Amino acid sequence: MVNFALQAKEDQHPDGSAAPGSDAPVQLAVNKLEIRYGGMVALSGVSLDIRQNEIFGIIGPANSGKTSFLNAINRMDMMRSNMTVTGDIHFNGVDIRQWRNVYALRRQIGVVFPLPVGLPMTIYDNVALAPRLSGKNLSRQALDDLVERCLRRAALWDEVKDRLNSLGSLLSGGQQQRLTIARALSQEPKMLMLDEFSIAVDPVTTMRIEDVLKELRQEMTIILVTNLVQQAQRLAHRTAFFLNGECVEIGETEALFSGQVKDSRTQDYIEGKFG
Amino acid sequence: MFAAKPVNLRNQQVEGLFRLLFGIMMVVLIVPVLMIIVMLVYKGGPAFSWNFLFTFPTDGMTAGGVFPALLGTIWLVVVSLLASVPLGVAAAIYLSEYAQQEHWLTRVINLATINLAGVPSIVHALFGLGAFVLFLKFGTSILAASLTLAVMTLPVVIVASWESLQAVPRAFREACWNMGATRWQTIRQVVLPNALTGILTGIILQVSRAAGETAPIMFTGAVFFLPFLPAGVFDQTMALALHLYTISTQVPNVPESLPFGVALLLVGMVLIMNSTAIMFRMYLRGKKKW
Repeated sequence: MVNFALQAKEDQHPDGSAAPGSDAPVQLAVNKLEIRYGGMVALSGVSLDIRQNEIFGIIGPANSGKTSFLNAINRMDMMRSNMTVTGDIHFNGVDIRQWRNVYALRRQIGVVFPLPVGLPMTIYDNVALAPRLSGKNLSRQALDDLVERCLRRAALWDEVKDRLNSLGSLLSGGQQQRLTIARALSQEPKMLMLDEFSIAVDPVTTMRIEDVLKELRQEMTIILVTNLVQQAQRLAHRTAFFLNGECVEIGETEALFSGQVKDSRTQDYIEGKFG
Repeated sequence: MFAAKPVNLRNQQVEGLFRLLFGIMMVVLIVPVLMIIVMLVYKGGPAFSWNFLFTFPTDGMTAGGVFPALLGTIWLVVVSLLASVPLGVAAAIYLSEYAQQEHWLTRVINLATINLAGVPSIVHALFGLGAFVLFLKFGTSILAASLTLAVMTLPVVIVASWESLQAVPRAFREACWNMGATRWQTIRQVVLPNALTGILTGIILQVSRAAGETAPIMFTGAVFFLPFLPAGVFDQTMALALHLYTISTQVPNVPESLPFGVALLLVGMVLIMNSTAIMFRMYLRGKKKW
């Protein structure tokens, strides 16, 4: 298990494929984003592009607006009366406010939360929920296949294949987090957003999930919000540093971590002087 | 080295004192309940028989059974539930899942609902008389009495349902919404199945309350005596609670065992329903999923 860490240090991307260059197509374009809760500004003036198939890291201390950023992308402001979002977010080149069917938008974007949310239904139903909700009438066989595929990709299949009918909420924390990832994958999303996924997960499981993410990014874009600076270093191609509702800096992860920063606060945070 | 210091001794004394105090309070609470039940069984038990449950009262209500009152109470409870449960649960779902929680109107409505639960039943009775008997012209009937009971129990059904809905973790809803589920899909798939225990318990507890009320049905549909059984919701009916009141205060020369028997039947029904609710809740808690 120690190997995971070593491997990650030696080679940032064991999958061998190159990071998407600056000419890669843009998955998500954010322009002058501002998020407010009532009168309180949670995030302002954020403009960034996230490229297809890249792992985009977002680091920063608590209350920096990282989670709000993810919520804005998934149009969660519709579900919260006091949250207002101004500025533009384009997903696949389309303004997310132009999506007539916001539910279809959300199905294209998978979300993994800080604390694992195993819904109180069977493991199978947890993963089959999204396809069922979407109204696709998959045959039993197709659904079985999809559930198996998603659980395999989330590195959970071997542990649960014999008890798919037991409750998902009774799995251990690390297993539930992988179940959450399997559930997000069952939507067949184009983009996966992870919000501090390792906060309630043991280090071994964290490394397993990180390996899963390296695989997944070949098929989808990944936004990785993380409270662990080293996690961003291990996984992200580019990293943004959010602080107190402001996007302080965006850069190639390697550059940021080798000291090529424009703002001294970034340097201080990465070195652990605060946060 | 481990000798108790004076302050420790004092703490132990105070601890013992409070333990005793709370224990006495518990006994004070339990004893009347036990005495009521023992008294009822002792004095009303002899009246209990097959005939008591399934025959009409005879000899000017001084003898015979309570069948029409028993049946009437069941009528009233069932019809009032048919009205209050769908309405109450739907209102609770709206308040909990759709309404903006921070909005002042939502708060006012929540507060009003809770206060409504505290309105004396005689006030509900007068409201029922005005609204259902006179204004809607249902006359004094099972329908009017049941709707009055429904209005009375509605706030509690709403509050109980609202609380069980709110007890479902918000994270479950967020997870569902983020998967592209609509609010209704989320409610249907995740929230309701997990709130059902609490909602059902709240409803069953209301059944026992509706069964025992006298005031709301007195003016709206229940009568002292009927020589026949109600055939539909527009008929008047007898009811156990009112029957008990009648034979204890309005009819002379009733043998003592008769009112006690009716009281025993009423308390027995309530106890059975409440224990069913509690057992059901325990059963579902055992299957609690998170």
